[in-house]
Order: sequence, then C-alpha cells, then structure tokens
Amino acid sequence: MNWLEHLTVAPILIPLVAGGFMLLLDGRNRTVAAAINVVATLSLLVVAIMLVALEGGQNAGGHVYLLGNWPAPFGIVLVADRLSVLMLLVTAILGSATLLFALARWDKAGAFFHPLFQFLLMGLNGAFLTGDIFNLFVFFEVLLAASYGLALHGSGPARVKAGLHYIAINLVAALLFLIGASLIYGTAGTLNMAALATRIAGLPPDERLLFEIGVAVLGVAFLVKSAMWPIGFWLPNTYAAAAPPIAAMFSILTKVGIYAVLRLGFLVSSSEDDVSLLFGGNWLMVGGIATILFGMIGIMASQEMAKLAGFSVLVSSGTLLAAIGYGGAAVTGGALFYLVSSTFAIAAFFLLIELVERGRAPADDVLAVTLEAYGLDDPDEADDSGEVGIAIPAIMAILGSAFIACAVLLSGLPPLSGFVAKFAILSALVEPTRGPTESWGAWAVFATILMSGLATLIAMTRAGIRTFWASIDRDLPHVRVVELAPVAILLILCIMLTVQAGWAMRYMRMTAEGLARPGAYIGAVFAAPPAQTEPFKAAPVATTADGGPP
Amino acid sequence: MELVIAIAIGVLASSGIWLLLRPRTFQVIIGLSLLSYAVNLFIFAMGRLRAGAPPVLGPSGTGDLATYADPLPQALVLTAIVISFAMTALFLVVLLASRGLTGNDHVDGREVDP
Repeated sequence: MNWLEHLTVAPILIPLVAGGFMLLLDGRNRTVAAAINVVATLSLLVVAIMLVALEGGQNAGGHVYLLGNWPAPFGIVLVADRLSVLMLLVTAILGSATLLFALARWDKAGAFFHPLFQFLLMGLNGAFLTGDIFNLFVFFEVLLAASYGLALHGSGPARVKAGLHYIAINLVAALLFLIGASLIYGTAGTLNMAALATRIAGLPPDERLLFEIGVAVLGVAFLVKSAMWPIGFWLPNTYAAAAPPIAAMFSILTKVGIYAVLRLGFLVSSSEDDVSLLFGGNWLMVGGIATILFGMIGIMASQEMAKLAGFSVLVSSGTLLAAIGYGGAAVTGGALFYLVSSTFAIAAFFLLIELVERGRAPADDVLAVTLEAYGLDDPDEADDSGEVGIAIPAIMAILGSAFIACAVLLSGLPPLSGFVAKFAILSALVEPTRGPTESWGAWAVFATILMSGLATLIAMTRAGIRTFWASIDRDLPHVRVVELAPVAILLILCIMLTVQAGWAMRYMRMTAEGLARPGAYIGAVFAAPPAQTEPFKAAPVATTADGGPP
Repeated sequence: MELVIAIAIGVLASSGIWLLLRPRTFQVIIGLSLLSYAVNLFIFAMGRLRAGAPPVLGPSGTGDLATYADPLPQALVLTAIVISFAMTALFLVVLLASRGLTGNDHVDGREVDP
C-alpha cells in the first residue's frame, strides 16, 4: 500500500509513540527524552510540510483517511484539507521553535516536560485533523490534559492558583462540549461532521431548534477555548503565570477554538441560502468586538509585560472572531492570514519577554509605573547626562530590535505581516458587497480593529521605553544563541510572510473559499473508498507480496 | 421514567452549578463531579430511553431495530466517564498542591476579609 496514504495519520501517531515511549524512561534521564522530543517534533515539521505540499493544491476536499477502514459515516474519519494542513504546519513550526527555547533551561524546571509536550502536539494535531465531533472532544481533552500539566510546569503559588482556575473553567467547557455533542447526536443521529451537514435540511422544525441549541452550546465550549468575552477572563493570568516557552506554545490553543468554530460553523450552515455566512455569525462578531475592547483595556492597564502579552492574545482572538463572524471569503481569508501572523508574533513576544526580564528584579515594572504616576521620575537622571559615550550593549540592541519587530507585528503597522493581515481584513470589510444592514457591523469591526492597533502600539511603546531606556539599575541578561534563535526564526517567518504575502494570501483565500463551499469537503468524506483488504485466509503459509501477514 | 430521569438530571446539574460557584476548592470539585454525572445521564438519555432493550445483537444474528437500544451514546458515556474521572483526579492533585502552597482552601488562594 502507498505509504503516502498513511501520512495523514502520522501527525497523531508520531507524538503518541514518542510521548508514550518517553513515559517509560526514567523521569530524571532528560537527555534521551530531549533527544526523542526534538526528533519527533522535527519529523512532525517534515510531515506537516509534506502534507501542505500534497493537500494544499487544487484538491479542495482534501485527503480523507478512514480510521479502522470503516466507510463514513460509520467510522471516524481524518480529513487533511487546506485548513487542517495549514494549522498542522503552524503547530509544527511553533512546536519546534518553543521546544528549542525550552531546551536551554526551562525543560529542567519540572518533571515530564517532554512527554507532556508531545501529548499536547498530539491533541492539537488530532483536533485539526478529525472529522468527527466526539473524536474532536477526545483530542480536546488530550491537549487540555497535557496543557494542565504544562501550565503547572515549574510549580509555585502563582502557577498553581492560575492553573486551578484554568482547569476548573476548562472542565466546565468540556461538559458543555458533551452536552452540545449529545444534543446534536440526539437530533441529527450522527456525529460525523460531513454527515451532519447533509442531514440538517431534513430535520423537522422542533428537532431543528434542538439541533441549533446543541450547536450553540458546542460553540460556547469552543469560545471558552478561544477566550471570547465574557468567558475569557481566565486567559491573561494563566498565560502570564505559565513558563514562557509554554505560554508561547499556548498561543496556538486559542486558535484551536477558532479553528473548530470555522470548521463546524460553515458545515452546519451549509444548507442555508447564503453559504458564505457562518452559523451564529452576528453573535461571534459582537462577541469578537467585545473581546477586542476588553483586551485593549487590559493591554493599556497591564504593568507586567507577560500580562500585556496575555491580553494581546485576547485582542488577536477577538479580531479573528469579529472577522470570521462578519463572514465572506475575502474577510475570512484575511482572518486566516492574521491567525498565522499573530500566532507567531505573540509566541515570539512571550519568548522575548523572558529574555528581556532576565536580570531585573520582579518589582521593577511596578516600580517604574509608580514612579511615573507620582511624578518621581528618576531623581538621579541629571547625573547620567555626561555619559554620552556609552554604547548600547549588543545584547540589548538585539533584544530591542526584536521587541520593535514584535510591537510592529502586534499593532499591525507596516511593513511587517501584521499590517498585511489587518489590511486584508479591513479592505475586505469596506467592500460594498452586502446590504446596508450589515454595513454598521463592518464599520464597527473596522473601527475596533484600528483602535486595538493604536492601544497595542501605545502599550508596547510604554513597555519598551520602561524596559530598554530605564535608568533603574539592572544586570544585562545572559542570553544564549539557542534561546535567541527561536525568537529570530518566528520573526523571520513573519518577515517571509510579508515578502511572500501574495502567495500566502492566495492560499488563505483559497482555503476560505473552500470553507464557504463545504460541498467538496462533504463529497470527499463520503467518496473515500475503504482500502481493499484481502479476505482473511486460514492457511498460515499464504503471505502477501511484501512478506507481511495478509 | 422520562420525568424521573429529567428531574434527576436537573437536580444534579443545579446542585453542581451551585457548588461550582462556591469559594472552597472542595466544593468546586464536588460540584464538577455532580455536573459530570448530570451530563453523563444526559448523554445516555439522548440515545432515547428504553427499558430492557439490549444494545448489542444476540448470537441469533439478525434483530429488529425497534427492540434494540442505541449503543453509540452508551459508548460515548463510557468515554466521558473515563475522561471526567481522570480530570477530577488531576484537579484533586492541583487542589491539594494549592492547599499546601497557600495554607487555605479558598479558590483564590487567600481568604477574603469579611
């Protein structure tokens, strides 16, 4: 059998085997575990690149892999279409970068970093690939279970307190997920996403109502993950408390919720007349705007940089939800571009914060703000005026330029990819393709996205001035190349996204158009033929051509 | 039977939500457990309630769909039970860690002054 057929299941199998094997190792033997982790993560990257090359082309339906060789809708299917492989690639790149960073010191902060990291990747990849709602639940739980362990990695009161809240709210979200999934099964009689889309039209009105309640409850479960206001208060504290490489990896977790909303939202609304609109799109748009506003206020108010990064995750989530909720292939395409760009930028920012804050006392930020507020600005500043000749130390210059790149990316200023992404969303929003009733929504989203950019810029500038131009005595951070490299890789990828924006935008646009017309996806799932297996023979001498058992 | 099940789910869910919103970590974990029982019953009920109907075919082979229960929600419930059990155990560990680190059992790690 063609081994390329099985490539679709590799992103789940590789981390499962690697993580399971690492559990067998002695917890203190970190070198072997780290080596396995690196090999597994890099092979995931290779697989993701191959999948993008294979499935990212003209075939809109994607490749369908039948688990257990049962035809849909009886068995569970994995579907590698354009959106899935894009998310797989983003996950693999992010995983490689954060792992590289963690290897320098953070993986030694507690036991079982490496297996948990692999299980997190397995949950993420599975959630992006699966075509079955209950299977999606299982992969959500896998990634959440791993993320609970990782959020607590390194322990300490702050992490345990934030972890307690994070676990509690996600357990409730998991229960909501189950309620939604069982309501959907109770009304539509299937959990296969493609089969669901074909059955909606035939539902009687009272069942249709229950079905939509089920989808809405499921949506709430996804939106807890993507931290929509008012169910996203857990996020900034958890992310700020988590170890920096883990917080950077977590920047993809909110995107899993967004992915699920995109995938399911388009499928369950496919029987409507206007296929480009998402299920519950207006609610998403309003929620997204509220999330951006809340995130903006948080960004302006945060004194620590880690909190600032946490709130920029909220702004990024809100921007995505608002854009996706408004709908339309052009806006969704821009939103997908923004998703990739903002995930990389926020991850780079989380990693950078740890490097910058090394060697400064934890209270410095608060102290600086207090000094500003009371006008007690630097009593000894006048003494320093003579020291013009002292050059900026090289490491601070490098960190400072990386910080500027992050600020430009997050606030969406030209010339980096944050600007391209926001411009794609905004220019698609003002195209007069819809009736006048929708235009207020477009303008509201437009204004909020612009304002959030301004707020991010102000807050980042303030944080940068306080950190890089501060006169508070500090030791220079000791940074190793292996720690600087992941930040550089993520930022260079964002620059490449800018340089190759035309190509990337075309891919995103194609993905968005494929989502808006789920016919190809549904067709591919149902048309997938079970692999021909030879009937079982009792005679033990008979072997197949490749020497394996029949 | 439907009424009894519905009332049971309602009582479990409402007690669970009440406990979930309490400030003590132990109350939260009991609330989560009660909620997960309610959800498990709910999943089970979504396969339609039927007394005395087996979910699998007997050795005789063919059977009439009208006399069989839907096996899928039962399989889903099994998975959900296992997962919520594991998560409750994990939450319990975090609860104990929090108790050990902060010295009290408030969900925020510190008592609120009355």
